[in-house]
Amino acid sequence: MSAALHPAALDALRRKVRALETQDRVTRAVLPFGVPPLDARLPGGGLALGALHEVAGGAEEALYGATAARFAAGILARAQGEVLWCRRQADLFAPSLAQAGLPPSRVIFADAGDEAGVLAAMEEGLRWPGLAGVIGEVGKLSMTASRRLQLAAEKSGQIAIAVRRWRRIADAADLGQPTASETRWRVSTLPSSPLPPSVPGVGRPRWFLELLRCKAGDAFDIELEACDAKGHLRLPAPLAYRPAGADAGQGRAVA
Amino acid sequence: MQGKAAPSPDIPVVMVGRVGRRRAIAHMNLAAAKAGLRLGQAVAHATAMVPGLVLHDLDAAGDDAALQRLALWAQRLYSPTVAPDPPDGLVIDATGCTHLFGGEEKMLVNIRQRLAKAGYTATLAIADSWGGAHALARYSRRSVFVVPPGALGVQLRDLPVAALRLPPDLVQALAKPGFDTIGELEATATGPLAHRFGLEPIRRLDQAFAREREPIEPVFAPETPRAAKIFAEPIGAPETMARYLTELTVELCATLEALNLGAKSIDAWFYRVDNRIESARIGLSTPARDARRLAKLLCEKLEMVDPGFGVDKMVLAAPGAEPLAYRQDEARLGGDKPAVADLAGLIDTLAARLGPDSVYRLASAESDIPERSVRKAPAIERPVAYSWPVDWPRPTRFFPRPEPIETVALLPDQPPAFFTWRGSRRRVRRADGPERVFGEWWRADAELARSRDYFQVEDEGGQRYWIYRDGDGEDAATGSQRWFMAGVFG
Repeated sequence: MSAALHPAALDALRRKVRALETQDRVTRAVLPFGVPPLDARLPGGGLALGALHEVAGGAEEALYGATAARFAAGILARAQGEVLWCRRQADLFAPSLAQAGLPPSRVIFADAGDEAGVLAAMEEGLRWPGLAGVIGEVGKLSMTASRRLQLAAEKSGQIAIAVRRWRRIADAADLGQPTASETRWRVSTLPSSPLPPSVPGVGRPRWFLELLRCKAGDAFDIELEACDAKGHLRLPAPLAYRPAGADAGQGRAVA
Repeated sequence: MQGKAAPSPDIPVVMVGRVGRRRAIAHMNLAAAKAGLRLGQAVAHATAMVPGLVLHDLDAAGDDAALQRLALWAQRLYSPTVAPDPPDGLVIDATGCTHLFGGEEKMLVNIRQRLAKAGYTATLAIADSWGGAHALARYSRRSVFVVPPGALGVQLRDLPVAALRLPPDLVQALAKPGFDTIGELEATATGPLAHRFGLEPIRRLDQAFAREREPIEPVFAPETPRAAKIFAEPIGAPETMARYLTELTVELCATLEALNLGAKSIDAWFYRVDNRIESARIGLSTPARDARRLAKLLCEKLEMVDPGFGVDKMVLAAPGAEPLAYRQDEARLGGDKPAVADLAGLIDTLAARLGPDSVYRLASAESDIPERSVRKAPAIERPVAYSWPVDWPRPTRFFPRPEPIETVALLPDQPPAFFTWRGSRRRVRRADGPERVFGEWWRADAELARSRDYFQVEDEGGQRYWIYRDGDGEDAATGSQRWFMAGVFG
């Protein structure tokens, strides 16, 4: 084909399509994770603002949605403004959200009776200017519903996160269905970072983070240390005794 | 009913009114009735019969004003449509309001308790019709009477004819041929009855048995800002209703603006051509008079309003409006978002759709016991400080009802080595704890010796759980020593 011979023409065409796709958007900014290997593989160098993202837990976590909720909280903890959290089950523990960087002054909860109510509340929140983002806990997410959320997010520039959570593990296969979301993540637990042998206790939790789907990007997976009190993820240190970066220890030099 | 300044209920008290030129008993308390007095009796006769009888002159205008105030109070708390039912009652249109109190009976008990606190003794009944509830509240000898839908006829049958809100001379006239109870009147053919006693008994019967609609004309405080519109032709199409509702909202907001007020809640009444009044109410988290926003909230409520054959009058009122001054928008030179966004509109929209209790924040409560450490706070507040622990990790998902687990521990005061939860056995690879939480003796004596030990444990797959032992592992007084699953970490 002749197009394959003219990469410049193809590039121009891609740019044109991209401009058409994004003309309604208020922002094309991104929220970087601050983890270079992660940001480098996301289009634009971070999580797109004004878009819908899906997060699910792996294995048993599909039922609890604890890692997914914490991952979502960590993302919005790093954004500016308040967060609307729409849900059906009121089992989210507020002290843990505060430990993930979302104190009571930053989260408004909306309890809906059913999933349609959760989606409607999310959409209402996304249309409202001034929020950092909206998180909704849903099981089913149809193409139509996700398209509505995506359009609402594009118009306001907020981050929309659908925390996918199901009543049975078998239902988690639903995650393979196509939706209009920008990215789709799966967060699974890994054994926590090892502590020195003589130290009892549990180390910093680790996640196996999979990007299952990404518009204009490739899927990949990465092993990370879970988000801290400010919502930051971290690359695991290769050895148990060594801190990961300069921030963990004080530099000392002997001449 | 009795006010706060009323004397002890054991002392016979009568209110003296005038019947023609005679001073007669207009109202009396229970003690006076027990002493053998009856309404309409001459005062001279009564004082001779009962020594120590306390007399008060009737102040009809004052009573009406007090009843009006009571109606406004009930309107604020229970339902938009409340009217005084003189001389001694209130009528509340409870359609669609009872669930807010957890059911019909609970609502009645709630009203009764609140009135009792204010010094009033009340009897209440809820039924399909105003007439039915009126009769049962006054003549059923029960303080709280809930008549299930459709069961009104059986309950009314044995009540005296006087329960039908008929004038006293008509009741006497009906008694002459032997009509004592409503059941007897109901069993009689209407033709001859109307011929002899007029249409009034039949109208009241129909109203009591819910065969004829009787609208409840709601009270308004004179200072309540309101707007009304009467239509030459009844309207019913949803878009027409929405248009006029929006127009009325604009009018109401203009009134509010002129008074420098903002609405805290708005009641809307739709007067139907078939003599029914439908109502809707929206609540607002902060005083507002933004017509567009309020109209949107009101129009969302329209789907709950059944216009029937049409609506010929609409009334909007903003009871309890609060001062709302003008506010200047922050200048935004940089084009940035304001530091603190105004979310009142979003909160109101969600609260109108999901229910006022479904939109909230979670703030910290002063307690170390995890399930007591969280309380709901209004969404409009921004609680800044919180007292939750920073160093002790807390689970992302917290089970409101802890689930019992089976454990295998090497030593009594150690975290378990294995545990079985929801049918699967998990090996504990790492554990952290205990975090000991003591019972709050100031709440209950039973908590004095109690304690719990919380552990964070991690299984082989890296899944982390929050488990606790009820007790300190040694002393039986501190708890049952059984293990529970409290939550899952993310």
